[in-house]
Amino acid sequence: MDKKEILFGLMVSVFLAMVLSPFASPWPDGLEKIAEDKGFMEKGDIKPVFSSPIPDYSWPHFKSEKLATSCAGAAGTLLVFGIGCGLAALIRRRQIQ
Amino acid sequence: MHIPDGFLTANTWVPAWLISAGGMSYCLKKTARLLKDKIVPLMGIMAAFVFAAQMLNFPVMGGTSGHFLGGVLAAVLLGPYAGAVVIAVVLTAQCFIFQDGGVTTLGANIFNMAFVGAVGGYFIYSLIRNITKDNQGIIVASGIAAWFSVVVASSACAVELAISGTSPLGVALPAMAGVHALIGIGEAIITCLVIGFVLKVRPDLIYKKGE
Repeated sequence: MDKKEILFGLMVSVFLAMVLSPFASPWPDGLEKIAEDKGFMEKGDIKPVFSSPIPDYSWPHFKSEKLATSCAGAAGTLLVFGIGCGLAALIRRRQIQ
Repeated sequence: MHIPDGFLTANTWVPAWLISAGGMSYCLKKTARLLKDKIVPLMGIMAAFVFAAQMLNFPVMGGTSGHFLGGVLAAVLLGPYAGAVVIAVVLTAQCFIFQDGGVTTLGANIFNMAFVGAVGGYFIYSLIRNITKDNQGIIVASGIAAWFSVVVASSACAVELAISGTSPLGVALPAMAGVHALIGIGEAIITCLVIGFVLKVRPDLIYKKGE
């Protein structure tokens, strides 16, 4: 893959996470909905085992909820791009050695 | 279907963690053996795309939404092992950074979406590919496998809820499989669109077994 193709793939992903994600359906997903309907949602109401820096894809201290989601989405997309490439490069290097 | 902390008891999440840790180390070893230079950036792009697309919940019926999972897409492009690694990377970041899916339940989520979803989905894809050899076949096989991957992964989730005593299997299984049969249609459409696009611009990026 050349630089142009990598940039294209990354830009499409950042576009989805930054521009479209604030307009995603706010309804609960399949599992959450079933947990509500079948009455086991409260089992999840426990103190989080680990306190995440950006809970619920919403950048903290942002007045606009849409903007908070946009920022969280863009940051997350770039982060997992970095981890994905980094991990692949790491195993590639070990394989050559 | 990211399971939060509290939904699974230790008799379920501990074995799920052990299975996923063992499975992941196997996948990493396999990836190291198969990894070519061209797929180093593709692993990053797949992780970015799957993460971004998972944020886009679409409504499936009154009051319920679903989102893309990406297991089959990642596996068709990267192969089942690197595909599973990509999904696990996304799930781990979602868990620790965005509190989407619990820490205790991360093993179960990786089991459901990376192993059942990506590796299991790839298995279904290969079965269908034996019948349909051309490029059209790649798209058809990806779409069918994508639908199955979501339904089977959600069924695995229902089994885990049942083992934990959270919800009886007779309740959880039909409910989860039923909703995800609808969500799976979205999964199949997105998977087919992306695979169709890749086949048009860079058909060589599709993973070929034993190459």
